[in-house]
Amino acid sequence: MSLDQDTLHQLLDTIRRFVRNRLMPLEEQVASTDQIPESVISEMRELGLFGLTIPEEYGGLGLNTEEECKVAIELGYTSAAFRSVIGTNNGIGSQGLVMDGTDDQKENYLPRLASGEIIGSFALTEPNVGSDSANVQTKAEKDGDSYILNGTKRWITNANIANLFTVFARTDQSQKGSSGVSAFLVDANTPGISLSSKYKKMGQQGAHVCDVIFDNCRVPEVNIIGGPNNVNNGFKTAMKTLDRGRIHISAFAVGCAKRLIEVSTQFSLEREQFGQSISNFQMIQAMLAESQTECYAAETMVFDAAQRRDRGEKVNLHASCCKLYASEMVGRVADRAVQIHGGAGYMDEYAVSRFYRDVRLFRIYEGTSEIQKTIIARNLLKQARD
Amino acid sequence: MKAIVAVKRVVDYNVKVRPKSDGSAVELTNVKMSINPFCEIAVEEAVRLKEKGVVNEIVAVSVGSTQSQEQIRTALALGADRGILVQTEDELEPLAVAKCLEKICNKEEPDLVLLGKQAIDGDNNQTGQMLAALMEVGQATFASEISFTDDAVTVTREVDGGLQTIKLKMPAVITSDLRLNEPRYASLPNIMKAKKKPIDVIDVNEIGVNVDKRVQTIEVQLPPEREAGIKVENVSELVDKLRNEAKVI
Repeated sequence: MSLDQDTLHQLLDTIRRFVRNRLMPLEEQVASTDQIPESVISEMRELGLFGLTIPEEYGGLGLNTEEECKVAIELGYTSAAFRSVIGTNNGIGSQGLVMDGTDDQKENYLPRLASGEIIGSFALTEPNVGSDSANVQTKAEKDGDSYILNGTKRWITNANIANLFTVFARTDQSQKGSSGVSAFLVDANTPGISLSSKYKKMGQQGAHVCDVIFDNCRVPEVNIIGGPNNVNNGFKTAMKTLDRGRIHISAFAVGCAKRLIEVSTQFSLEREQFGQSISNFQMIQAMLAESQTECYAAETMVFDAAQRRDRGEKVNLHASCCKLYASEMVGRVADRAVQIHGGAGYMDEYAVSRFYRDVRLFRIYEGTSEIQKTIIARNLLKQARD
Repeated sequence: MKAIVAVKRVVDYNVKVRPKSDGSAVELTNVKMSINPFCEIAVEEAVRLKEKGVVNEIVAVSVGSTQSQEQIRTALALGADRGILVQTEDELEPLAVAKCLEKICNKEEPDLVLLGKQAIDGDNNQTGQMLAALMEVGQATFASEISFTDDAVTVTREVDGGLQTIKLKMPAVITSDLRLNEPRYASLPNIMKAKKKPIDVIDVNEIGVNVDKRVQTIEVQLPPEREAGIKVENVSELVDKLRNEAKVI
């Protein structure tokens, strides 16, 4: 369902105020302590940020892709760590359930995910399974009406605060590749689950990833997303969640770029060298202009892809184009932002230094740039062959 | 207990306002508009009273243009139950607004009327006082704390030099000061639900009050640019400049 313009406007205005008045002042604290204050997470919960994409009948807002992108752009103005907390409930941690879950599964989990009462986490990546995500090695072996899970999942976002894991495990050991994989809903309290310590990362402090280890972890077969009959279809579920997620990440990258351009423009006006504002120098102006142009291009791509998805078109190719371009674009914009700031841009006191590290991840997660190129080319070649 | 809260659509407090090029008024084209911050505090207070069980219905009322429905929606998203817009495309003066609100109050018979102490556009600080006079009920302006006993309300007011606590019979008119509370962010689900709450729209001509202007705006201009300060060498020079240049002592 799409919202009327007044309601959407008010929604975005509220998020904008919350981001600028509540979250932005906390950025440095979150970066230095590697922790988002619990009170802020609680405020995000009360605001309804955990349920942006979950359907209204399950207590979420049911935003369509375009509306979700508008929200993601607003969230991009502040540290990526804040988005990361709500990211899994709105994206990979819930969308598999929204798309393929049974009614019971939806009723059991979605309202609590929407309210933020529970945190969902998506456990696909493994030590030897990154870009080659179909090669899942975590085993799920049938034992009565349960499966026994064994394996390790790597760099799992929000694992340390998650209550519910969507775990991808191989249920058919005779099949290699994607066809023998199932998606399980696994309660984080299930015996046999342990977590590694948090990884130290290049950026995005305050957002945490760690390994999740499954050691003879018993999961009822009814917890397969879509029910026991949906066994061995988990990889399809994983792939379905990715298109929307990629458009979302692209929108978020646009938001980050907007902030970087805004602070760089402001800095260029205030900074004086050779007796004048550096904004008078054409080489500074060129950097601002290039960043703005690329940001606008990415934003336009995002909304085109989002609108196509909302119209029901297949957007596998478009989502990958957006993810590839927007994540690379924000990398260049962050680089120029540091350059415009000069020495100050290398200092942690300025937001651009932190953003420079934060945005590096966008080229890697939810499909590397190289994987996006592969998907785009595969789509083109398939169209040509058909 | 029923509460009426008045809300006004004003230029957002973050906007740097400019006069129109002909100096006739403040430029409002393409300017972000919001609920007046003091009105928002009044709405928040009403919602808190409802959460405490003191108030059971909150009616948000605005007197203004069709677009003022946006600010009523803001109040509904924060927790008001329904809205009333007295619609006029003209800019009304405080007395006319107070008269419109009085008519609404006569019909609605609230126990409590909450307003912002002033709106940040005109900064008149008159509507609440005039409304109380028209309704012939007690008033407590600049409230920083409100509490209730059986049929009375105790209000702490921010006055020059300190705080004053007064007790009023109900119904009463209370205007909020800055420190009464810190308004919440309307939750996103409540923003969506607010769309389903009713807003009655009444044309100002149907309400039967005289809204003629009594004040004529001659010119609107920016304040003069502030000049740079100077450093003085000693106290006697300072005193001399204050006396002979600034002429303030």
